[in-house]
Amino acid sequence: MNDKKAGSDSRNNKQPPQISSEKIKYLQDVARKLRLNIVRMVSIGRKGHLGGSCSAADVAAALYFHKMKHDPKNPHWAKRDRFILSKGHAALAQYAALCESGYFPQEELDNLKKLGGMLQGHPDMTKTPGVEANTGSLGQGISIAAGMAAGLKIDGNTTSRIYCILGCGELAEGQVWEAAMAASFYKLDNLVAILDLNNVQATGPRKERFDTDPLVEKWQAFGWHVMEIDGHNMSEILEALDAADLIKGKPTIIIAKTVKGKGISFAEHNAAFHNGMLTEEQYKQAIAEISGE
Amino acid sequence: MNKTPKMQNPREVYGRALVELGKLNPNIVVLEADLGKSTMSCYFEEAFPDRFFEMGIAEANMASFAAGLSLTGKIPFINSFAVFTSGRAYDQIRQAISIPALNVKIVGSSAGLSDFGDGATHQAIEDLAIMRAIPNMTVLAPADSIETKKMVEKMVEYKGPVYLRINRDDMPDLFPPHQEYEIGKAYMYRDGSDAVVFANGIMVWRALAAAQILEEEGISVRVVNVSCLKPVPDKQIRQMADSMKGIVTAEEHTLIGGLADVITYTLRGTGVPIETIGIKDCFGQSASSYDEILEHYGLTARHIADAVMTVLG
Repeated sequence: MNDKKAGSDSRNNKQPPQISSEKIKYLQDVARKLRLNIVRMVSIGRKGHLGGSCSAADVAAALYFHKMKHDPKNPHWAKRDRFILSKGHAALAQYAALCESGYFPQEELDNLKKLGGMLQGHPDMTKTPGVEANTGSLGQGISIAAGMAAGLKIDGNTTSRIYCILGCGELAEGQVWEAAMAASFYKLDNLVAILDLNNVQATGPRKERFDTDPLVEKWQAFGWHVMEIDGHNMSEILEALDAADLIKGKPTIIIAKTVKGKGISFAEHNAAFHNGMLTEEQYKQAIAEISGE
Repeated sequence: MNKTPKMQNPREVYGRALVELGKLNPNIVVLEADLGKSTMSCYFEEAFPDRFFEMGIAEANMASFAAGLSLTGKIPFINSFAVFTSGRAYDQIRQAISIPALNVKIVGSSAGLSDFGDGATHQAIEDLAIMRAIPNMTVLAPADSIETKKMVEKMVEYKGPVYLRINRDDMPDLFPPHQEYEIGKAYMYRDGSDAVVFANGIMVWRALAAAQILEEEGISVRVVNVSCLKPVPDKQIRQMADSMKGIVTAEEHTLIGGLADVITYTLRGTGVPIETIGIKDCFGQSASSYDEILEHYGLTARHIADAVMTVLG
């Protein structure tokens, strides 16, 4: 992590809790389960956004199973933290996290993208418990997240935070930068974006297809506090999320360097599995690799 | 009908109404894309600076940001010229606001050809068609300032996305001040027995003027303000067209996807002759006055009167 800030936790005025090795191991296990369920949802011979879901799985595990205050039995709890998946195509990572949290039963995972099902191809707040907004048209989730952050500020809610995962291909959307300007102009320090920098977009490597660098300088210039981490290193993820609590007067973005298709050797860094299909053999291999067999 | 009705500016009335409603309802928030002195959201900014968001000239972000505000229980009104709220922010309105039917109010100001000087880029001639095509959207095009104010009050009560079209120009008061306004209803402003003119926006006043002209020629014309284009007051439209020998629609909008479509679809199968007054699938252009451009595109009382004569054969 590039930016480790010491100091008190802005929310409860206590030192950031020490993160135990048990906690790290637990969250790594959760991330493994999320990836297994991502593969289960994609299943055999059906298209699914495998790559960008697997790259975001560690961050999703850290948010839903450690950082965020939320209650699966009361999804609309006023004091909850909110999660917005701006890269809505990685819905499988969010569905896996919601399911594992207990928002809906495991069996629903087998109904992904089935007619009448609750798990749509992209997140739909009207159909899936725990989904906070409709995202998937890229660039919009970060604006929605900023609006929510502003709404909480009007209400004087100083304890809830908004977490928003952005995709790196998504950064080409001009709206991301409109939102970035608005969030810093309105000093939305209750907004934390996490950039899932897997560096592969639908048609190939980001830097070859449409280079949006330099990222750190851009976000800084737009008035954000920027951190860079390894998005698959659970300690770094947790430390960055805690560090974001301390930033006042500006929004924070955690640039999480990740691997597209993380955990599945043939899908890693591979644009073919952005929205790809698994053969039966690939499915078995994916399950085996994620399980560590 | 009052022969010399009071003129009021609907933008001005809208801006004042937001302030009044803002006093009663702390959840109302207002967003603007740098046109506040034209949309008159500036009054709300003065009164409630903490509930006003200047979003810069960034309509897409403004719409999605409003979606986020509504998700925290706010009632956001987003403001810009109608071309920009309906066009520039179309995808945001469709995806983030309308699919989940969020409680965001979209206001399209200086609509139609009313921004006569600025030309085609600033003249919203298809905003109602765009908004009407979106599921879950309610679409309103008031005919005067009284109706505008009543609509804004109802928009606050109603839960869900609403598009409100506001003209730039002064308009004569027509809506009965003590009549309650209801979303989804049409309002008859003049009864008649030969033909009916269904109109909205500035064309209602012109339809009434046309009816006056025709009365002198012994033709009795009913005039109905169809200011709610969605949900369509279809039952009322059928009732009001019943036993008429001819039907005319009049709108300051392209003939595609607006009132002409609403009426011809609603009255399909009746076999009554219909003529449509509107913009004939073309863009606007700069003109030196509002009257000049309306004349050019055939949007006057005389054009309506001629259309009535045509349908009556």
